[in-house]
Amino acid sequence: MPNNSATRFKHGELVLSLRGVSKHFGAVSALTDIELDVHAGEVVALVGDNGAGKSTLVKILAGVHQPSTGTITFGGQQVALPNPGVALDLGIATVFQDLALCENLDVVANIYLGRELDPLHLDEVAMEVRAWTLLNELSARIPSVRDVVASLSGGQRQTVAIARSLLLDPQLIMLDEPTAALGVAQTAEVLNLIERVRDRGHAVIMISHNMEDVRAVADRIVVLRLGRNNGVFYPDSSNANLVAAITGATENAVSRRAGRRQSEQNVYTEEQP
Amino acid sequence: MSNETQDAPQPSALLDRADIRVKHATGVGGAVTAFIDRVRSGELGSLPVIAGLIIIWTVFTVLNPVFLSADNLVNLLFDCSTVGVISLGIVCVLMGGQIDLSVGSMSGFASALVGVLWVNHDWPVLLAVVVAVAVGALVGVIYSLLFNRFGMPSFVATLAGLLAILGLQLYVLGDTGSINLPYGSATVNFGQFLIIPATVSYLLALVPGAVILVGGLRTRQRRHAANLSASSVGSLLIRGLAITVLLEIVVAYLNRGRGVPLMFGAFLGLAVAMDYALKRTRWGRSMNAVGGNREAARRAGINVGAIYTSAFVLCSSFAALGGVLSAARLASASTQAGTGDVNLNAIAAAVIGGTSLFGGRGSAYSAVLGIIVIQSIASGLTLLNLSSSLRYMITGAVLAIAVIVDSLARQSRVSHGRA
Ligand SMILES: Nc1ncnc2c1ncn2[C@@H]1O[C@H](COP(=O)(O)OP(=O)(O)O)[C@@H](O)[C@H]1O
Ligand SMILES: [Mg+2]
Repeated sequence: MPNNSATRFKHGELVLSLRGVSKHFGAVSALTDIELDVHAGEVVALVGDNGAGKSTLVKILAGVHQPSTGTITFGGQQVALPNPGVALDLGIATVFQDLALCENLDVVANIYLGRELDPLHLDEVAMEVRAWTLLNELSARIPSVRDVVASLSGGQRQTVAIARSLLLDPQLIMLDEPTAALGVAQTAEVLNLIERVRDRGHAVIMISHNMEDVRAVADRIVVLRLGRNNGVFYPDSSNANLVAAITGATENAVSRRAGRRQSEQNVYTEEQP
Repeated sequence: MSNETQDAPQPSALLDRADIRVKHATGVGGAVTAFIDRVRSGELGSLPVIAGLIIIWTVFTVLNPVFLSADNLVNLLFDCSTVGVISLGIVCVLMGGQIDLSVGSMSGFASALVGVLWVNHDWPVLLAVVVAVAVGALVGVIYSLLFNRFGMPSFVATLAGLLAILGLQLYVLGDTGSINLPYGSATVNFGQFLIIPATVSYLLALVPGAVILVGGLRTRQRRHAANLSASSVGSLLIRGLAITVLLEIVVAYLNRGRGVPLMFGAFLGLAVAMDYALKRTRWGRSMNAVGGNREAARRAGINVGAIYTSAFVLCSSFAALGGVLSAARLASASTQAGTGDVNLNAIAAAVIGGTSLFGGRGSAYSAVLGIIVIQSIASGLTLLNLSSSLRYMITGAVLAIAVIVDSLARQSRVSHGRA
């Protein structure tokens, strides 16, 4: 098991830096010239419409896809991420949008997949204890960690995927729409967790369509549009600007709707810290 | 694992008993109810094949009581061991979601190699066997190259291998076509006569029960120390005792005939080792994961290509070993070895025993149970003097039933949220 804590970054230190990263799928340019910096102890929200390329970017950083061009610097060193194992060993953990769980295995096996304790004589007791600890930290409602993942609900699976990403105490943790299937209490729990993880000095990249959640935890909001950088915002940026960057127009369905509602009650300006 | 019980009622104190919505079985009675619940929801395990075996044995015994005689059963176990070893390799590739259709040819080629090297070239027999198994491993490496590098589906690659290896078998045997292995040699004795001494067999039959009890008590202690629920001493005792009594009865019965074949003992030993490797090692966990969801396994950092390679190499090596054993059983290496139904019996045995054709579900013991079913049909029909045409038809029907049971069980698991 890799030991990340030996190279734990200092608060505010640059953890990850992307320069000119592009990704083509045949004729489709999913990403073009992406620049992104993430610091230790920082939560960066990655937002954008469907198909903006958020998941593709996360998959490149997870070692699932290879970038067509561009450089990735992690911890001051230029790195190649030829496969997911390399990314995990560097300390980059990912909660994928499709969760990437093995439905035929139980919860413990999924959490420890590829990292089992005692490879020649699996230490099931120690793994089960740690699995419960991780899940309890997330206030998970899992009936039994010895049930196969196929028997869990969407929200429970999402919690398992999040618990798994925390297992290795990663430097950088990326969550691709982690709260999409979660209930109210669990969403709050995940947001709390993101804050705890940040306060411990980890870097976090979070993808979400829920602007309320994004504003609640993000230190910076990076907007992608049609595979390109389209501005960096802060939680106190105005909603109209953010929506304009996401949709690519100042006049759009969202701002018109927001304007209509704002005349009735001041919804959006209240929430800023 | 899911029918674990606790004897002290302290619900919320245990790490894994905090969820009040979940019913947890307590005591021995609870364990039984939990088992019935699991079967209802489609977690059939070995139940269908054991039921099938009881039916088959009953029918054949009624038709000809000789079927259940100790000596016939001993012979049956001799016959099981050769194809059973091949089937162990099939379990391994099936777990990874792949298939090897060339195990029959591979076993025939391996037996031909042993015959030529040992008898014709006077090599030490052990060296000849090692070379044959190594050639099997090499064939597995070639399959995994074709699969990993060139993306060739395993059923196509191994179908090509089936023909090519059959060609090799004919080539090394040359004009002679058949080589007789020397009677009286240790190898042929192993395949035909060697029996585990009675006292040793009784002692060996104690081992599984003892392992269940001692291992179970140790796990129970560790789980208690870690604040997890654990099985009750009662249910451990019952399980250990039941398996011991069952095994001792079987061994005692076989010892009324010739006794337990050493070759079958070796086959069981391999099955136990394989089961351990699949269930209790990181390699086995990875194999299950790759068979269940290849992309998820890759994203967890598993070297998926290496796992496939290990599956193909193990499968071809087991096929080669099985071929050597059948050469010993028949005391000959011929162009006929490994042809006919060897291939399909090895695959059918794994599936009949409950290993899924779709990957990620199965057990090494399915090879043992499955091959006993297939050999029972063959032996029973031979005793009735019925032709092999009927044997093929009945084995085919049993295979079809096994697959139907598997897919019905899968549907049931889906509707019970367990698939
Ligand atoms: N494996 C792939 N092959 C081809 N095109 C892909 C693949 N993955 C993503 N794309 C394309 O890349 C674009 C960005 O997709 P994605 O990153 O999933 O968007 P988002 O997560 O922001 O909704 C889409 O147009 C999608 O069709
Ligand atoms: Mg996405």
